[in-house]
Amino acid sequence: MSRTRTPVVAGWFTEGGDGFRLLGTRCGACTSVFFPREDHRCRNPACGSGELEEVPLSRRGRVWSFTDSRYRPPSPYVTNPELPWEPCALIAVELAAERIVVLGQAAPGVAVADLTVGMEVEVVSGVLHEDAETTWTTWQWRPTGARQDEGRGMTGDVA
Amino acid sequence: MTGDVAVMGVGMHPWGKWGRSFVEYGVAAARAALADAGLDWRDVGSIVGADTVRGGYPGYVAGATFAKALGWQGARVASVYAACASGAQALDTARAQIVAGLADVVLVVGADAAPKGFFRPAGGDRPDDPDWLRFRILGATNPVYFGLYARRRMAMHGDTPDDFARVKVKNAAMGALNPLARYRNPVTAEQVAASAVVADPLRLLDICATSDGGAALVLSSMEFARRHGPAEPVRIRAVSTVTPRFPNTVLDLPDIATDSAAAVDPPGETFRRSIARAAYEEAGIGPEELSLAEVYDLSTALELQWYEDLALCGEGEGAKLLRDGVTALGGRIPVNVSGGLASFGEAVPAQAIAQVCELTWQLRGEAGDRQVAGARVGVSANQGLFGHGSAVVVVQ
Ligand SMILES: [Zn+2]
Repeated sequence: MSRTRTPVVAGWFTEGGDGFRLLGTRCGACTSVFFPREDHRCRNPACGSGELEEVPLSRRGRVWSFTDSRYRPPSPYVTNPELPWEPCALIAVELAAERIVVLGQAAPGVAVADLTVGMEVEVVSGVLHEDAETTWTTWQWRPTGARQDEGRGMTGDVA
Repeated sequence: MTGDVAVMGVGMHPWGKWGRSFVEYGVAAARAALADAGLDWRDVGSIVGADTVRGGYPGYVAGATFAKALGWQGARVASVYAACASGAQALDTARAQIVAGLADVVLVVGADAAPKGFFRPAGGDRPDDPDWLRFRILGATNPVYFGLYARRRMAMHGDTPDDFARVKVKNAAMGALNPLARYRNPVTAEQVAASAVVADPLRLLDICATSDGGAALVLSSMEFARRHGPAEPVRIRAVSTVTPRFPNTVLDLPDIATDSAAAVDPPGETFRRSIARAAYEEAGIGPEELSLAEVYDLSTALELQWYEDLALCGEGEGAKLLRDGVTALGGRIPVNVSGGLASFGEAVPAQAIAQVCELTWQLRGEAGDRQVAGARVGVSANQGLFGHGSAVVVVQ
């Protein structure tokens, strides 16, 4: 039986023809960017405009910091209690164009030993968990393999 | 100073895992503080409770819960919640009432009965609640954030896991001298290194536990203290409860992302630094005048961060301050002589009040084996979820 792919949160990312992108919003008045998205009011205290439009965030960024969960997180995180817990790496990534840090899980197989602060990573589609009918999708960070001094895609990558 | 309020009495229920109601711990602490003040509960004009989210409805109305348990006597009541800063905000509310002339004597109480294991969000599906979302989407427990901060310090400042372990060793040594602490055994660096990794690079002994406990203060106007209290009471001189400024560019619990600085440059100082600066400004006191500090060591690495945020040293110099013994008992500015959260474990609404209890005992010269010689000025610092921080300046 095939499962339906459903984002764990609606409207935070897209898997369109352009590939996988995180989705935020940008204020039409002051250009502040928000992730998670703000759809009602800009949170810049000098602005407060209601003119917010959806924008994809940069695909690539650099590791601000990283860690992992060595113990099974509590509910509402969904795990199979019958399987042993596998440590999951988490990465906080700085996106240069948006000047924002976004936390996410690392892609499967990426461990803390594979990471350094400043390393380039890219956002990819991932599976959070599956149940009988649904594959719950999320965003994950994966090292691009680029050396730290290459710096490609950092500034020109915002849509 | 016109803004000063007197600390007439302090009291705590010992921290531990007692398995009883938070009300019992709060009432025990309140009675101890009233006895310390030499006042009767019926002398109290106002009671302010620091809420707990883990005790059901009575926890959300902690002020009234404690008032009823002590025996209704008609006092004005307030209950406040600000995550880990709840106790400091309760203190701030009490101070405001005294300074405004609404009450002469105010009782501040916070207590918690903590669950086992990780703090987790309240039940139910709440996709609009960032605290629910970080668990649902990322499995990001509090130690995950502590691990991120610790790794960042290692990358930016060259801190090492040995430096972090040294914080635990220092605090455990001081906690061993405190009969109110939950953990009273000295800890070695080897024991820290042998404990399990919880959130790389932090190990079990780098991260504070969750505890049961209760703490209370009896505050009064300076005028009331002159008539009824000691000639020179310990005084609260400043309470900082500032919020962040946009854009807040340090990832804050429980958020999944920072604010963006794409349109507006970040403020010249981080939120945590602004908490301390506001307290110093209000007190008219600088960090060089401090005798001691009680800081919120949710993790060992966070204690080092507080050294810098309190301007006890320059940015990135926290580990050196520790290695040089400056923050140990007998050093120039001892930090967490109570034993800190490392020795207590966190009893959320009581913890910031307990920090002020310790400062008061120290400034009175009543801290026994852990006494800081000649203590005159103390500061406490604390940060809680959702943009709450606090710092309290206490003077003798
Ligand atoms: Zn705006």
